[in-house]
Amino acid sequence: MNGAELIAIALLLPLVGAVGIAVASRIGDNTREATTLLTAGALAVTVWSLLPELMQGGRPSLLVAEVVPGIDLAFRVEPLGMLFAALASSLWIVNSIYSIGYMRGNKESHQTRFYIFFAIALAAAIGVAFADNLFTLFLFYEVLTLSTYPLVAHKGDAKTVRSARVYLGVLLTTSIGLFLPAIIWTYVAAGTGTFTPGGVLEGKIAGPAIGLLLGLFVFGVGKAAVMPVHRWLPAAMVAPTPVSALLHAVAVVKAGVFTITKIIVYIFGIDFLFAEPSSGWLIYAAAFTIIVASIVALQQQNLKRLLAYSTVAQLSYVVMAAAILKPLAEVGAAVHMVAHAFGKITLFFAAGAIYTAAKKTELHQLRGIARRMPWTMAAFTIGALSMIGVPPTGGFVSKWYILAGAFQADNYVAIAAIIVSTALNAAYFLPIIYMAWFLEEDVPPAKEHGEAPFAAVLALMITAALTLLFFFFNGPVLELEAQLVQAR
Amino acid sequence: MGLLGLVYYWAFAILLMIGFYAVIAKPNLIKKLIGLSIFQAAVFLLYITMGKVDGGTAPILQDGVSLYSTPLPQVLILTAIVVGISTTALGLGIVVRIKEEYGSIEEDEIQERDRQ
Amino acid sequence: MTSLAHHLPALQVIVPMLSAPLVMLLQPRGLARAAATAASLLAFAIAIAMTIGVLDGNTYTYRMGSWPAPYGIELGVDRFSALLLLIVTGASSFALLAGHRSVDADIDESRQPLFYAAWLLALAGLSGIPVAADAFNIFVFMEISSLASYVIIAGGSDRRALPAVFKYLIMGTIGATFYLIGIGLIYLMTGTLNLADMELRIHEVADQAPILVAAGFITVGLALKAALFPLHVWLPNSYTYAPNTVTVFLAACSTKVSLYLLLRFDFFVFQGNLVGHDIQFAYFLMPLAVLAILIASGVALFEQNVKRLLAYSSIAQVGYILLGASFVTVAGLTASTVHLFNHALAKGALFLAVSCLATQCVGLRLPGLRGLAKQMPWTSAALVVAGFSLIGIPGTAGFISKWYLITAALEHGPLGIALVVVLVASSLMAVAYIWRIVESLYFGEPGGDVSAVREAPLLMLVVTWVAVLANLYFGLAPELPVTLASSAAETLLEHLP
Repeated sequence: MNGAELIAIALLLPLVGAVGIAVASRIGDNTREATTLLTAGALAVTVWSLLPELMQGGRPSLLVAEVVPGIDLAFRVEPLGMLFAALASSLWIVNSIYSIGYMRGNKESHQTRFYIFFAIALAAAIGVAFADNLFTLFLFYEVLTLSTYPLVAHKGDAKTVRSARVYLGVLLTTSIGLFLPAIIWTYVAAGTGTFTPGGVLEGKIAGPAIGLLLGLFVFGVGKAAVMPVHRWLPAAMVAPTPVSALLHAVAVVKAGVFTITKIIVYIFGIDFLFAEPSSGWLIYAAAFTIIVASIVALQQQNLKRLLAYSTVAQLSYVVMAAAILKPLAEVGAAVHMVAHAFGKITLFFAAGAIYTAAKKTELHQLRGIARRMPWTMAAFTIGALSMIGVPPTGGFVSKWYILAGAFQADNYVAIAAIIVSTALNAAYFLPIIYMAWFLEEDVPPAKEHGEAPFAAVLALMITAALTLLFFFFNGPVLELEAQLVQAR
Repeated sequence: MGLLGLVYYWAFAILLMIGFYAVIAKPNLIKKLIGLSIFQAAVFLLYITMGKVDGGTAPILQDGVSLYSTPLPQVLILTAIVVGISTTALGLGIVVRIKEEYGSIEEDEIQERDRQ
Repeated sequence: MTSLAHHLPALQVIVPMLSAPLVMLLQPRGLARAAATAASLLAFAIAIAMTIGVLDGNTYTYRMGSWPAPYGIELGVDRFSALLLLIVTGASSFALLAGHRSVDADIDESRQPLFYAAWLLALAGLSGIPVAADAFNIFVFMEISSLASYVIIAGGSDRRALPAVFKYLIMGTIGATFYLIGIGLIYLMTGTLNLADMELRIHEVADQAPILVAAGFITVGLALKAALFPLHVWLPNSYTYAPNTVTVFLAACSTKVSLYLLLRFDFFVFQGNLVGHDIQFAYFLMPLAVLAILIASGVALFEQNVKRLLAYSSIAQVGYILLGASFVTVAGLTASTVHLFNHALAKGALFLAVSCLATQCVGLRLPGLRGLAKQMPWTSAALVVAGFSLIGIPGTAGFISKWYLITAALEHGPLGIALVVVLVASSLMAVAYIWRIVESLYFGEPGGDVSAVREAPLLMLVVTWVAVLANLYFGLAPELPVTLASSAAETLLEHLP
């Protein structure tokens, strides 16, 4: 089976799975869950099958159609996209296991609709990952927004619908208002929107226009949550936790920073952008987001909102790393996508487990909860340490590379931002850990409870293990991403 | 041609404006239709006037005559008159139906009744 | 060309025109409806045949009675006309196929043959305009279609359609009369009514003042018929109170045909001949187009009645089309013409979905729609996807037009950037007003008892979904409309000095 066929299968599989889920739900809930797991497994296998060709330097591609003269619907697998696709598809398996536990444990309604749109969202994520040009990427980017809307608005009550409206509003406004004009500008200026090593804009655009175009892209890709277009992320926390875990820790947000990184590397070109002074503002914007988001996180009382703002900050690590425009930092950006994904998904899983088991959502309710939910809190602790960047967690590896890149570029703003935010992360995570493990419960829970449902805890354990393993076994990822910066 | 020679064109312009005024300013639906008819009649006048050639006679072939007015505008206007009649007939039909449904043919009263 | 193919332009008009009296005589209403639908489908087939012909490079010309032009009456079909014919006949066919319930609900059984006869006359008139190649014939067809449209709009049971159609009649007739004055003035100066001949002779006229006046009259008259802001006031009420099937038909094509005429006249006939006309065109039309886009989208944001909301959206879309035209470049005109097609697809599908909704929900006000998505999932989904096409989400036909429009605008420097901002702002407004409908359908709490609400009849759903899927198809494979549109744009600009 060649690369093109694998790409096509990877795109169609979740969609076929969605239909399968709809059909299977008529048969029974277990059949439906099995279909989801089967689809997720098959997708992961398909995506990983593309890896060997990639490691050898090959770039499998697929041309679907020429939509408008000069603009194709086309796909090509390259290191960054492979990383994102592998991450999303593999974690989908784990997330599906978790969802089973969570959705059943909370007796959520509309479960079939949930699984169907989840599958569609994953298809869109793969589309974003493998897109060969800006048009294809934009198409799947919008599909991702639209297919995650029903997931965010899942509960259906007035407050949720209002928040979902903010979610949709911010994402569509940025994409139609800023991203689309930027894409068209690129096509008009460069004559093409195809992702090319070294970029396509060299010689086609100069001076402040570069900074402006970069701005349109960075703020247009609202999914990267660079302030001030980050508002959708806290608003999306009204979604059920599996949604927050996979989508807003992994698929949707990573689609955002992936897009920005891909545009910086393959549309602008690292060297081209480095030589242009008007692009320097990006590091400051990212650093600003990191610091301010961390400060806001410090003030949050609701666990999921805290995690949301932590995500906003962590995403800007990736943006900042990409903006440093030095090889080590670019690798750091890619690696941080992985490390943050593992860590954040663990944290969200834990938050959801706590909600399912004990119906608790606020920080002060977590006193002494580790006694009742040791496995959950152990996983939470690992995830939190990864956010802070403490070895032996994955977060340490990526921070190392980003710092190394920052030193390589003599960028003191970036270094300062990393140091300050590490301290802030510690400031809001460590108290939670302390409270959970070392303090006594002050208010007995309404109902006696132990751990969350088994499926949820199993998922937690897997992702926590991945976070730890990534510290030790990160070689292949580094090797893959090194290819990214060689092809400058 | 001098002002007097253009008298038909002036008539056209004046009728046009009178008709237009009636359409816009009168609230009574029948009066609007009358204004519309005057408006259209003005255009008929324009075309016929265009067709008349100075010194030409009616466009019917005759011995000894060499200059005719052009018949084409007259043909066009016949068609346009038919269109105008159909429009007026349809308009009046609608007015009758409006009267049946609303009990009035004054525009403001109709709007009042719809608002209730 | 085979002998039948040779007669296609004439058949395009004759088939619906002769079917009309036949249909009128068929008393059992089922028979009348079947005959009307068959005639419409036959007209659609003719349009498709001619489209295939023009794509191959043929241009159809037809001389009625074999009298040579410019003395005789000439019919002509080129790529631009073919595009319009597809829109008109397609809209009519889709609307008729899906329209049973709506017509039965709104119109007395004994009157239905008359209704269908009037519909076919409207179809004949609307088909005749793209086919006709001389100005006066265009006037005649224009009035045939208008008069028949007035009849079918007022044919329903809602009494508010009557004052609405009266206003439409008055304004439409004024528009047609302005057009008549315009072509009269041209005839006065050039002695011809044949479009191609006119184009040649206008060059030679010594005194250009009457030509300018004529251009003004024609433009204003056609702008009235096309509902360009601020001459749009007849449109909202007419579309809202007409029977739903009629709205599907007219919303998809009546303004489009007038816009086609406007573009033909202003570019083909006048453009090459009036010094500075293109600047006047742009300076005059561009601000009006921008106002149409912004104001109409704004009003739609606050509108509670779904049909009127979509009607105001149509007024905004007319603005888009004329905005592209006001650029006076190939890119702009291509965008404009492609949008004629794509908007017809999107609005047609939307109004089809609305008429599905109307089979169950009387009144079509947003509060009344709450929570219906559960009972009518297919209809609601159709509405959502058609709404995406209106907004311009990638993958839909609407996105293709937006892409072309923005690309065309960016050729104009700072002005272009301002226009891009306008386009983007109005797309966002479209998101807002479509989303109000979506939210009401999916997340609203049903007001009363909705358990009796069933999904729309199967035929209606099938036709609606074919229209919706056409939006997606032409969003990913727009080769057909884009080819026709770019040829149209090139033809229109050929005569620019």
